[in-house]
Amino acid sequence: MTSLNFEAIFQSKIDDEVKIEPKDWMPDAYRKTLIRQISQHAHSEIVGMLPEGNWITRAPSLRRKLILLAKVQDEAGHGLYLYSAAETLGADRDDLVQQLLTGKAKYSSIFNYPTLNWADIGAIGWLVDGAAITNQVMLTRTSYGPYARAMVRICKEESFHQRQGYELMMAMAFGSPEQKSMAQDALNRWWWPALMMFGPHDAESTHSDQALKWKIKRKSNDELRQNFVDVTVPQAEYLGLTVPDPDLCWNEERGRYDFGKINWDEFWNVVKGNGPCNRQRIQARTKAYEDGAWVREAAMAHAEKKEQRRMQPEAASKAA
Amino acid sequence: MKKEWPLWEIFIRSKSGLNHKHVGSLHAADAEMAIENARDLYTRRNEGVSIWVVESKHITASDPDDSDPLFEPARDKVYRHPTFYTVPDEVSHM
Repeated sequence: MTSLNFEAIFQSKIDDEVKIEPKDWMPDAYRKTLIRQISQHAHSEIVGMLPEGNWITRAPSLRRKLILLAKVQDEAGHGLYLYSAAETLGADRDDLVQQLLTGKAKYSSIFNYPTLNWADIGAIGWLVDGAAITNQVMLTRTSYGPYARAMVRICKEESFHQRQGYELMMAMAFGSPEQKSMAQDALNRWWWPALMMFGPHDAESTHSDQALKWKIKRKSNDELRQNFVDVTVPQAEYLGLTVPDPDLCWNEERGRYDFGKINWDEFWNVVKGNGPCNRQRIQARTKAYEDGAWVREAAMAHAEKKEQRRMQPEAASKAA
Repeated sequence: MKKEWPLWEIFIRSKSGLNHKHVGSLHAADAEMAIENARDLYTRRNEGVSIWVVESKHITASDPDDSDPLFEPARDKVYRHPTFYTVPDEVSHM
């Protein structure tokens, strides 16, 4: 069979909603696109622990601290589900980590913004996880089996993340005037970066067409962004907070919200490494990786020694 | 010499009476650590009562390109299914 035939069979499986599994034939570009997308997603989960980790020791109550710890632990877990999904495509874990540390691989730009006040933790759960869920619910139906299965697991867990964030925002928005102004400040700073999470407009998005044809993505960036705005604006109204967009208004005809222009210069600037926390994030990940190196090596050496003893109990006892 | 922890496939029994089911994979230095990591990674919300771990290199999988010859023999044996047989309406409990 020629590779053209392979490709036709592959596309017909996609069109028929048959999932692609690790050992199935797939075009190189499909494999590469998936490794890039899944590993970027994994890196985002891992780097995403940092802005929230910043507040664990300063959470205002034991209840909030337990919730935040559980959420950050989930994010570590999500990163690991995704790294192993990427490995089913032949990627090497250590290579992927190196790509993050050297800046070759990107992660979601949202995590390059700082968490300045406690309400930011609420805003992250509500808006950042809310935007992530909009994207991830779509990805539970992505064409690659291991990625779709990881997403199902992640979506089940993300729902708690968003709800705890909104509950935190309620506590702040319905609290003292100072607390309410902290909540408004958090919304002001996180709203636009959250909208940028969906990526460039469809017309400017380089990978979109092919990703839609292969059903890696199932909805366009602009479609997902619009869905997010439509569900989130009423949630902000309930909190009595103002969305920082003077152009935001309900469009009766479309039955959807119109909203203002996104500052794409800011977006590309952060993507290129010049956001408020880009350097700090990579430094933190590099430090964790380097400080953990001796632990990984020692655990491997210990495992090998145990295995040797198991294989040759006599030789080991003589040597001892 | 730098050496990565090997990859393990994880199987979880979600409750007594059900099969262990593949849930994903993870890296660990040895089997004991693989079980501990699987506990933290795949059962944070009571998803399991038992864990199996198998080093990925020990799994042999069928080749998807051979699926047709491999599974074809079962395809034309319709008489293995109860619906192949007609039983009169007046006969019950069958």
